[in-house]
Amino acid sequence: MAFAAPKETFSGKVFEVTIGADKTAVFGGENVLPFHLFEGSVPNSPVIAYEIQDVVPDDWPETVRKVYKSVSGDPITWAKYCQDELNAKAIALRLVSTHPDRENRSPEDAAKTVKDVLSAINIPLIILGSNHIEKDSSVLIRASEAAKGKNCVIGKAQEGNYKTITAAAMANNHKLIAMSELDINLSKQLNILITQMGFDKEKLITDPMCSALGYGLEYTYSVMERIRLAALIQNDTTMQPPMIADVGMYTWKTKEAQALESDLPLWGSLAERGIAWEAVTASALLMSGAELLIMRHPEAVKAVEKFIEELV
Amino acid sequence: MALTGVEIFKLLPKTNCKKCGHPTCLAFAMKLAQRQVSLDACPDVSEETKKILGEASAPPMRPITIGLGDKAVKMGEETVLFRHEKRFVNPCAFAVEIKDSLSDDDINKIVDDVLNSEIDRVGQKLRIDAIFVNNVSNDAGRFESAVKTITSKAPLVPLIVATGNPAAAEAALKIAADKKPLLYGVDESNAEAMANVAKTYKASLGVSAKGLDALAALTEKIKSLGVEDMVINSGAKTAKEILEANTYIRRAAIKKNFKALGYPVITFAQRDDALFESLIAALGITKYSSLIVLSSIEKWKNLALFTLRQNIYTDPQVPMQVEQKIYKIGEPSSNAPLMITTNFSLTYFIVSGEVENSKVASRLAVMDCEGLSVLTAWAAGKFTASKIAQFIKESGIENEIKHKELIIPGYVAILSGAIEDKLPGWKVTVGPREANGLTVFLKSYAHN
Repeated sequence: MAFAAPKETFSGKVFEVTIGADKTAVFGGENVLPFHLFEGSVPNSPVIAYEIQDVVPDDWPETVRKVYKSVSGDPITWAKYCQDELNAKAIALRLVSTHPDRENRSPEDAAKTVKDVLSAINIPLIILGSNHIEKDSSVLIRASEAAKGKNCVIGKAQEGNYKTITAAAMANNHKLIAMSELDINLSKQLNILITQMGFDKEKLITDPMCSALGYGLEYTYSVMERIRLAALIQNDTTMQPPMIADVGMYTWKTKEAQALESDLPLWGSLAERGIAWEAVTASALLMSGAELLIMRHPEAVKAVEKFIEELV
Repeated sequence: MALTGVEIFKLLPKTNCKKCGHPTCLAFAMKLAQRQVSLDACPDVSEETKKILGEASAPPMRPITIGLGDKAVKMGEETVLFRHEKRFVNPCAFAVEIKDSLSDDDINKIVDDVLNSEIDRVGQKLRIDAIFVNNVSNDAGRFESAVKTITSKAPLVPLIVATGNPAAAEAALKIAADKKPLLYGVDESNAEAMANVAKTYKASLGVSAKGLDALAALTEKIKSLGVEDMVINSGAKTAKEILEANTYIRRAAIKKNFKALGYPVITFAQRDDALFESLIAALGITKYSSLIVLSSIEKWKNLALFTLRQNIYTDPQVPMQVEQKIYKIGEPSSNAPLMITTNFSLTYFIVSGEVENSKVASRLAVMDCEGLSVLTAWAAGKFTASKIAQFIKESGIENEIKHKELIIPGYVAILSGAIEDKLPGWKVTVGPREANGLTVFLKSYAHN
């Protein structure tokens, strides 16, 4: 029996998205499953953005906090460090201090931080709220204005606040992350609602919600695979925006990234375990279709970048 | 290609005798096509039909077992390409490579690590499944002695003996013949001799060739030599090559029923850098490897790989569950807060993680709701006031703690009055709706 390579080609294609104004980053654009270069076109590799915050990350575990000890005192220094020392391809600035249960900083404060960070870097910026539905609306409006002309990514628009955040991203010509909670139908519905407001579907980025290794990763993995199959096989344009995986935030709050080896000797070295948790989560989600990743630990980022290089 | 119901029907006696338990031959044929019944149920079927249907109904990927008893590893039998379609069947096995050039002390150390690698996660015992002993010394005597060292220390761990030399293979298999081992290292040059060794010692064969064409030709040849239990390798080394080969093999087997590649795939993930090696292994876990060979088995790496394998091979239709009991988080005093939630593993992991992050030592009562999350369990009538009250009473927690206060999830705030009615003397407090509100909640709660 002679072997014939069972190639599969699709009618659909993932939208290609370019972010940034000075130095840009491009992801998406493929017409095949992740890294299937052997049967189609994969013009761009996934992009990893380094996560920084607008306050000292006291809630990050020691393994990753200590990497940024000398720079995390202010987001400008931190962003420059990621760009210049770590060769980051993009930065994701999370405005956690605006959360009402945290410092509850004002949208004006957030806008100033965004402006300052943007003036210090020339790589693309992803601007994230604190994941508080109401507060994110007001914060991301001001942040979008402050970043006008910089072709940033604004996030995350969710069912409860997408109208204001979409309007802000549209008015200031940014890309937009649409997040729903681990459900392909909700994801599709939110993308439709946003495009019905006049937002260009080719400027959207889908966030099906990340989960860490051991904490529901299989749900994110399968929702991503199903979204990608719908984009390619059914040529469903509402499912064709590239996907984002917010990996760092979810992995570094797991027990595996924090428990001491002295408490759980069977789990082995804490530092390596935390880094592996982030890198393995990211790698699995790359295989299910993530094109834009947000990560924290430089060693995890480097390993995943090397993994991507070996796949293309 | 699998046969359709109508194609199968044409091969049946068409007597509608009902002896198979189905009203008509057509009904039986339809069930056969869906692989829900066995052809054995038909007493009148011809030998010819048995042969045709036997070929067509064989699983698209052959099941291969190595080792014996509790620790035996079963591979293959996969039926789909994507895990949301249907559960992936046999979790990929992890084997650690032991080079026979190592000293016996070093070999014993690695074997110890294998024996101590077992970790319990969500009720499953996960471990390094097999040892891949590699004849890098090219010396048959040294190989034999390494296999001896390993099998005497770890007689129950499934063994893969890797050598291209039939004499060395025979020397090793003599020692391990009763263990259902896998002999790896078969290629075009040694196929006849290795197949003979495998037949003598009842071993499965690990077969490799450069590229999928050559691999398919080689498995056909080995099958004609009388060995059918094989695992296969296409020579793929880089991540890119592994993804391409594994995808083609899985598709050819499942979608085209291409028997010559319908075998479990062995992937070599060994790299100098342990972290990078775990990412290559992650590729194998997600994308169709059945057996992954590692160069090292650090505990942190094992935990990450075991967990990924568990995640990917979980049944997408059945939620993972944790055991019903009252879990202690930190070292709770008899006055520490007591919370209740359901036994969906994700709910448990997220809630217990947030409680842990809050640094407020607590008790978390996890109630069996058949693996449903809080809202779903409530809607399904499994997380109700009377069931909660009964669980709390029967748990014996009243004798263990000094207070009678129960914190319930915010989503079921509506239950608070009813629980108080059914648990006399207890006070019910409504906690946050989402687990991420627990830190703030517990800090102020513990304060009062």
